Amino acid sequence: MAATSLSRSGWQFRRPSIIPGFGLTLGFTIAYLTLIILIPLAGIVWRTSGLGFQGFWAIASDQRVQRALEISFGTSFIAALINVVFGTLVAWVLVRYHFPGRRIVDAAVDLPFALPTAVAGIALAAIYAPNGWVGQLLAPLGIKVAFTPVGIVVALVFIGLPFVVRTVQPVMEEIDREVEEAAATLGANRFQTISRVILPGLAPAILTGFALAFARAVGEYGSVIFIAGNIPFVSEIAPLLIVIRLEEFDYQGATAIAAIMLVLSFAMLFVINLIQAWSRRRYGYGV
Amino acid sequence: MTLNRRSIFYAVAVAATLQFGASGFAYADTTLLNVSYDPTRELYKEYNAAFAKHWQAESGEAVTIQQSHGGSGKQARAVIDGLEADVVTLALESDINAIVEKSGKINKDWRTRYEHNSSPYTSTIVFLVRKGNPKGIKDWGDLVKDGVEVITPNPKTSGGARWNYLAAWAWANSEYGGDEAKVKGYIGELFRHVPVLDTGARGSTTTFAQRQLGDVLLAWENEAFLVGKEFGADQFDIVIPPQSILAEPPVAVVDANVDAKGTRKAAEAYLAYLYSPEGQQIAARNFYRPSKPELVPAEELKRFPELKLVTIDDPIFGGWAKAQPYHFGDGGVFDQIYKPASSN
Repeated sequence: MAATSLSRSGWQFRRPSIIPGFGLTLGFTIAYLTLIILIPLAGIVWRTSGLGFQGFWAIASDQRVQRALEISFGTSFIAALINVVFGTLVAWVLVRYHFPGRRIVDAAVDLPFALPTAVAGIALAAIYAPNGWVGQLLAPLGIKVAFTPVGIVVALVFIGLPFVVRTVQPVMEEIDREVEEAAATLGANRFQTISRVILPGLAPAILTGFALAFARAVGEYGSVIFIAGNIPFVSEIAPLLIVIRLEEFDYQGATAIAAIMLVLSFAMLFVINLIQAWSRRRYGYGV
Repeated sequence: MTLNRRSIFYAVAVAATLQFGASGFAYADTTLLNVSYDPTRELYKEYNAAFAKHWQAESGEAVTIQQSHGGSGKQARAVIDGLEADVVTLALESDINAIVEKSGKINKDWRTRYEHNSSPYTSTIVFLVRKGNPKGIKDWGDLVKDGVEVITPNPKTSGGARWNYLAAWAWANSEYGGDEAKVKGYIGELFRHVPVLDTGARGSTTTFAQRQLGDVLLAWENEAFLVGKEFGADQFDIVIPPQSILAEPPVAVVDANVDAKGTRKAAEAYLAYLYSPEGQQIAARNFYRPSKPELVPAEELKRFPELKLVTIDDPIFGGWAKAQPYHFGDGGVFDQIYKPASSN
């Protein structure tokens, strides 16, 4: 995104542009980002710094914190992967086919955005609990969803779906059908058309969707808390540990965990950006 | 997409109107904000109406009381961070102490300002079991029998759960003659019987009553009665163990806020009236044990069975100031219960 376009411009501070107002808009952008993003983030770092390195390390190396981070990032990763597959499929259906009720389905995709996450969590827990609609079908098979890590994935899939659909959909709409027809006339079979022609063009959008769904899932608290079971070392997510620290009025400990999550998330998003930049260079087009 | 955006817009507009409408409606000469914890909703709904009437008659001043409910610790944090509460009515002494220490908005002597350690009503921890008590749960020792699943919230996030934990501790302490290693062993075993650790008392009630998980719910006495009222008495039985803990939910005026807002007189009267016959009877009707039972007709007290109650000031706990960090602080006894799966 921002970093890659900068690198393509060859690290020149200002490229001559025919559009006026560069100074004004850049100034506004920086001021705005500082106010909205940088100052709160700096607050986290500042609060954490009060702990000193040893205090911070004691938290970072704590087994329970590490396990919670594993659970948070692991379930978020799985949920984002599931969303990539099925979100892309949903986008495909919405873009390529016209059927009655399509607009309603299209609108329904956004519902996880609009629904308070606690409501989603309670509804999902009710459905997947051993006595719920779905849960009672799975229980005889020995499958437990609610109050296990599987339940966390279910909640994260729910809240992450729109991110993938909404990023992939517009790019998919832009793909010319002629390209597929050309592929067919040149002798590509359907599988090759998908894997060699369509997917490479969609890859950057899918990656963006993955990154958004993943980042959203890592920080998710409201919906997960009702379905996770919250047993330490089994289904306790990192945001819950933050809340627990806050309940102890331990602001520094809470921000320390937040800072660790922030660094991990930033590292993952950075890697995803690098992959995107690579895929754009490789295939020449993208978002 | 457009349809959806529009509907979100309408939803926001409707919500804003409701908010606005509510606050417009709530305008009166004096407005008090009572910041409380979760299970007191029904109690204060009834009490606020009674107090407004009483205050109007006594001082000729119209008063409106706004309520805020949430987890006790979270509510304390909101007051520390600047929520302009006139009074706090929380689940734990240590939550009010946190406001005293972190913000200084409440004077140190708050606990002596009202009778009974500033606790106008008390409660205790009882067992709620499935109808007919199929697992035969009678006492704390039965909770760790094979195949029994216990539902309680997480003591780290729920005030009510701390009372659950301490009640269990008090029982184990007398059972094992004060052998702390054995007491810890029992507490650890107890929490290994917990399949879901919700963050709050209401969450655990839902898990037990609606999701039908677990065999026994450790609950506030008032919450247990409410569940019976809400879900029908034919589904659950309340089991009163021979011994439990005396939970004293305290109240305090937030000094800095009432002085800034000029509401001290009304705020103090609001808390004092909790100790009046009417206030005590409302507490009893809402399943809280009145601190002054002599003010309440005998038939209103019949629902509260006698049992041995240990207080937090008992030497085994030594008061909240000692018990809170020892049991629930970072790395405290509760944290030691949970070990990584590999070393188990």
